[in-house]
Amino acid sequence: MQNRLKNRLGLWGWLGGGRYGVERYAYALHRLAGLGILAYFIMHIFVTGARANGPEQWERTMEFFQTPFFKAGEFLVFLAFAYHAINGIRLILVELAFMIGKPGLPAYPYSYSTLRQRPLLIATMVIAAVLMIIGGADLYLAIK
Amino acid sequence: MRESRLWSWHIISAVIILAFLGIHMIIMHMGAIWGALGTGSGHPVRSDEVFRRSQQLFFMITYILLLGAALFHGLYGLRSMLCELSLSRILEKAIGGLCAAAGCALFVYGSYVAVAVYRMGEMRP
Repeated sequence: MQNRLKNRLGLWGWLGGGRYGVERYAYALHRLAGLGILAYFIMHIFVTGARANGPEQWERTMEFFQTPFFKAGEFLVFLAFAYHAINGIRLILVELAFMIGKPGLPAYPYSYSTLRQRPLLIATMVIAAVLMIIGGADLYLAIK
Repeated sequence: MRESRLWSWHIISAVIILAFLGIHMIIMHMGAIWGALGTGSGHPVRSDEVFRRSQQLFFMITYILLLGAALFHGLYGLRSMLCELSLSRILEKAIGGLCAAAGCALFVYGSYVAVAVYRMGEMRP
């Protein structure tokens, strides 16, 4: 952690997008979704640990989680996963400089990186929305 | 240099998670859809289904790989977010140590469960 600039804005420097545009807010939401998934994942490790005590213990544990409250929570985790995964693909592509065009001389009409990244953001959000709809359909079929 | 290497592993672990968690999600969170389409029981968390999967070598190995990749990815992400708040160097080191210790402990526990359930199948006559 050397040669880092000081985060003078504190938590707002972490969450705010400033003039970076919607991509920066998508990144902040990506991190929030990641925190939610991490919290769920740690609980998931302990819940699925019930398997080690045999099928009866597993059935008892699963019975406890069959309430609408936990079903809704599970769906929220699925939404967070769909967003985090698909937006993560976008972030990796941008990090590795794919799909943002090649650098060139500034010639009018100017092309800037945010404009080049916008179609990628829209495409990934559409894919994430489709995954979320599929997850919702599965939940609907499961509780019907 | 160390941070660049850790960041590269963060991206590599994301790709591993994408592959294995993708499989996990297709099986677990589309169970009702598969059931409605006539493939699968439609109840992926029923104990017979869970134990049948967990006692296959492929699933045991992928669970452990996914566990390791997801713990590294999640805890490194958490550490990065906390360290961006310009904390003192001592606090940064403490957070790093705590994340590493928690990650190792969770990995040992999760791997133990995956191997124990796999071996239950081996012991069955």
